[in-house]
Amino acid sequence: MKKIMVCIKRVVDYNVRVRVKPDESGVMLEGVKMSVNPFDEIALEEALRIKERGTNAEVVAVSIGVADTQQQLRTALAMGADRAILVQTDHPVEPLTAAQTLLAVAKKESPDLILLGKQAIDDDANQTAQMLAALWDRPQATYVSKLAVDGAKATATREVDAGLETIEIDLPAVVSVDLRLNEPRYVKLPDIMKAKKKPLDVIGLDSLGVAASTWLKPVKTVAPPQRQKGIMVKDVTELVDVLKNKGLL
Amino acid sequence: MAKILIIGEHDGKTLNPSTHKCVTCAKGIPDAAISVLLLGADTAVVAAQAAAIQGVTEVVRVDRPENAHPLAATFAPQVAAVASGYTHLFGPSTSFGKDLTPRVAALLGVPQVSDLMAVEGAHRFRRPIYAGNAIVTVDADPARLLVATVRVASFEAAPIGGSATIVSRSLDLALPTHTRYVGAHSGSTDRPDLQTAKRVVSGGRALASAENFKILFALADKIGAAVGASRAAVDAGYAPNELQVGQTGKIIAPEVYMAFGISGAIQHLTGIKDARTIVAVNKDPEAPIFEVADLGLVADLFQVVPEMTRLLGG
Repeated sequence: MKKIMVCIKRVVDYNVRVRVKPDESGVMLEGVKMSVNPFDEIALEEALRIKERGTNAEVVAVSIGVADTQQQLRTALAMGADRAILVQTDHPVEPLTAAQTLLAVAKKESPDLILLGKQAIDDDANQTAQMLAALWDRPQATYVSKLAVDGAKATATREVDAGLETIEIDLPAVVSVDLRLNEPRYVKLPDIMKAKKKPLDVIGLDSLGVAASTWLKPVKTVAPPQRQKGIMVKDVTELVDVLKNKGLL
Repeated sequence: MAKILIIGEHDGKTLNPSTHKCVTCAKGIPDAAISVLLLGADTAVVAAQAAAIQGVTEVVRVDRPENAHPLAATFAPQVAAVASGYTHLFGPSTSFGKDLTPRVAALLGVPQVSDLMAVEGAHRFRRPIYAGNAIVTVDADPARLLVATVRVASFEAAPIGGSATIVSRSLDLALPTHTRYVGAHSGSTDRPDLQTAKRVVSGGRALASAENFKILFALADKIGAAVGASRAAVDAGYAPNELQVGQTGKIIAPEVYMAFGISGAIQHLTGIKDARTIVAVNKDPEAPIFEVADLGLVADLFQVVPEMTRLLGG
């Protein structure tokens, strides 16, 4: 294991309550805190653990997005990534475009393993890892909660609807990570200082020969219908009575 | 005219209800001919089940030994090969469909629309973003094959009563061997399936142990309910991962959802907002779950659950 590529997406912070714009053109992003997609943070933590377990693999963090995405890549460097690459674009990046872009980077970098989150918490698309694996013509292990790398192979435990599934994949491969794979480390102040000196390359999307296509055109974005606040009951007997009267028990 | 191909989900014996729900979604597209594709080692039994879904005109079987387990790497090229000639390809937004469908889309060089929750036209759909805090309407290019996953909680299962034609296809494709199935493990029992159950009893971190979850199982068994759990309860090891309900777990739409000791984080609520009736029992009167609950009770779940089980006995 010489090199691990970790894909990082800049997203609205997990704790922000997102609101839609009054003109229905999207969600309000002005002045909103942005962070590393939490699933990608787990992916990076896993890469660092594989490195620290003795493989000493180089960990390369890659992102696609606006110039400010450098902030999230600096966070990745502070966590422990060795270097970072930002593929800069001002266009919205859909999963297929992201996969094409990451493929172009992967072809240059030739990583043994690509780790990324199973979904981004903004568009919740859950596509990029699978698309990247398809375009790269390599194995995919999605929703992974346990990963064991052994030479040119890896064994991945996946969280699926029926429980857990284990598969074996040949490397190089794409692995998308789930919540319970690990708990990402906290960044310490000295690491933030050190991260400022680590290399962060910025390249243009065009330089990779990828066009930022708008495959899907958003027509409008609205708030979901709100549920009405219901009634409070005083005790269990009343609760059971109401449920029975509604025909629910 | 739309020609829609649905990727059927099954375990070799039973067709997953996600397939019936995809059919209902597909019926929302005007003037559509609906086919179901089944890949497996032997799909004879499940093909008969798919052919009986009302609205399905054709069932396509691709049987080969490599299809014994649904691996995206081996399934995707086969689905892509069959999909040419169709206008739409739908997969369910279950772990099976979410794993497989984007790989097919990329092989075909087309984008995917994830989690269709409503059909507004042959190429216009609504889908949730930001954990369901916003709903976006998107237009897809009508000149391309439309690939999508269907948010199964948004659709009723299509009824039985049809009689579709069943055809077998053999595909001359060399399949990759770089991905191999090793095994599966389920912590669940023979209780009703969480994604299709009419009643769900669910527990949060307040249960405090896996042992304590047994009181929920007792109540669930009394009323024929499935059991769910919050992320916090699964993370703490009180319940197996397949019980998790929420943004990153299962999105469900039962007739009644009973949340015990679940505070109601937004990521959890996104998984239950399609439930017809939400019941919340929590010691904390300020718990956000009460904002969405149809019926709320401020009380200690360790008193409420056994009491409910007792009241419902006999």
